[in-house]
Amino acid sequence: MTPERLDVRKTYKLFVGGAFPRSESGRSYPIHDGKGQVLARAARASRKDLREAVRAARAAWRGWSEATASNRGQILYRVAELMEGRADQFAHELAGQGTRRPEREVTAAIDRWVWYAGWSDKVHHVVGTVNPVAGPYFDFTFPEPTGVVGLVAPEQPALLGLVSRLAPIIVSGNTAVVVASEGTPLPAITLAEVLATSDVPGGVVNVLTGHKKELVPWLAGHMDVNAIDLTGVPDHLVPEVEATAAENVKRTIRDGSPDFFSEAAQSPYAVSAFMEMKTVWHPMGA
Amino acid sequence: MATSSTEIERSGAVPPGALGFTATQAAGLVARTAAVDAVGLEERAASLAKRSIKREAKLWALDLAIRCMDLTTLEGADTAGKVVAVCAKAVRPDPTDPSIPSVGAVCIYPLLVPVAAGQLKGTTVRVASVAGGFPAGLAPLEERLGEIREAVRSGADEVDIVLNRSAFLSGRYRQAFEEIAASREACGDAHLKTILEVGELGSYDQVRRASVLAMAAGSDFIKTSTGKLSTGATLPAALCMMEAARDFHHETGRRVGVKVAGGIRQSKQAIQYLVLLYETLGPDWMGPDLFRIGASTLLNDVLMQIAKERTGRYQGPDYFTVD
Repeated sequence: MTPERLDVRKTYKLFVGGAFPRSESGRSYPIHDGKGQVLARAARASRKDLREAVRAARAAWRGWSEATASNRGQILYRVAELMEGRADQFAHELAGQGTRRPEREVTAAIDRWVWYAGWSDKVHHVVGTVNPVAGPYFDFTFPEPTGVVGLVAPEQPALLGLVSRLAPIIVSGNTAVVVASEGTPLPAITLAEVLATSDVPGGVVNVLTGHKKELVPWLAGHMDVNAIDLTGVPDHLVPEVEATAAENVKRTIRDGSPDFFSEAAQSPYAVSAFMEMKTVWHPMGA
Repeated sequence: MATSSTEIERSGAVPPGALGFTATQAAGLVARTAAVDAVGLEERAASLAKRSIKREAKLWALDLAIRCMDLTTLEGADTAGKVVAVCAKAVRPDPTDPSIPSVGAVCIYPLLVPVAAGQLKGTTVRVASVAGGFPAGLAPLEERLGEIREAVRSGADEVDIVLNRSAFLSGRYRQAFEEIAASREACGDAHLKTILEVGELGSYDQVRRASVLAMAAGSDFIKTSTGKLSTGATLPAALCMMEAARDFHHETGRRVGVKVAGGIRQSKQAIQYLVLLYETLGPDWMGPDLFRIGASTLLNDVLMQIAKERTGRYQGPDYFTVD
């Protein structure tokens, strides 16, 4: 009789600066399946992991924001390609955590990457303007990426919600520090594995798993974070987080509670929300 | 080791160093340097570096790090304007916060010493100048000594010279010794810091030997690196030099300072060196008279860390004068 083989199971770690470290605190927390059984343990990031993630995001910012728009679009499209190859794994992971109709969520997430990839070199034409001004100036306004953006991912849908908020942030040249869904963090780490192998430079996306209550105040207070997406912040925490974020005038964006499966959940304005408008007054001869 | 003593002793009646050490006596000291246990040294440095310094203790250490700092700008592109800016920052590191102390000194090239001396007149910040053919130290001796005299004449309180590694590494210890002794004399009242450039010495034995040589030749400070190599100060090399300074004090009663420089950009590193210093040389060395950190960008990080301790927020470079 052959001995029964033991499964080799994945250790879910963080994703910081292109590497997969454990939390410096050494902590983890249990993730349950739909029936209350422990499925796996996810790393429970500390504020110091967050500090390192912001440092990595800042270091990656120059290269990513200066890459050409079409190059960024190609890279996002490649993320979709590689996700497609792992579709079964994502679906299996979502199903394991009690998500119903997981295939539908995975395909929607892949399509969302493709949709936003296309906007990389088009958003400027939609929100940029040439302004008629009363003077001898050629006056135009165009959007530029904001910088390092913190993203508190929605709890559900864990994968589609994350992709729907992440893609518009990074397509324009921002870098991101993601606090994943607290209850369903595993797809975020598998997504990180896809990002790590799809030409997204290390540090452009950093994924932390852990307790939102512990991480979000430090993210909101960090003086080197330029904007924060509060979509996944629990309602009762929002006022405090917004007040903290005001110290360095962070852009705070909160997308109500949309149906992530609908057309309305994707919009070029989700891209421009994390961009700064620059206006140039160029003198013209008479 | 035999080479070193015979080499120096053969020279016979050499002029004594500024402290009364003859080359022969120095040779005795160099010859007595025991081999360094590299594994033990690195392990001890690594274990001390892990010590956790938090909150009040961290604020105290950061304050000390600023007071012991040689704020440095050593670029070919340095201008009078840049030096003026550096001096202003040296005197008042955070313009909005008078409780932050001034740094120990400003470290610059000799030609810019008059600018710094003018800016720092009446303050506690001292003027340090590199000289003596920095960073290679391979100019003709007379030229090097002339550069030192010129820097002191223009107002330098401290002079950072480099060890002649070419002579030292080829075993010409007597020449290396005499050159430092001559530099000491050229300094007059100014303090002399001798840079060993540990990244080029090759082994801890050599670091230890070079430390003893430089101290015996009359250096007021021994300094790890020029900052011009990719390998700057390292914790084990600094620990090795501190141990040499401790033993030198034990043997001769003279206190020689230690300056770490090269690649120290973060507060955490500065605190690690302070821990090494405390554990090796004790509280007597914990001040700008006997310990210095040479750095150009470290000050920004220290200011950010202080702000982080006070406000409870991680800081970003947008809110500090990053140069």
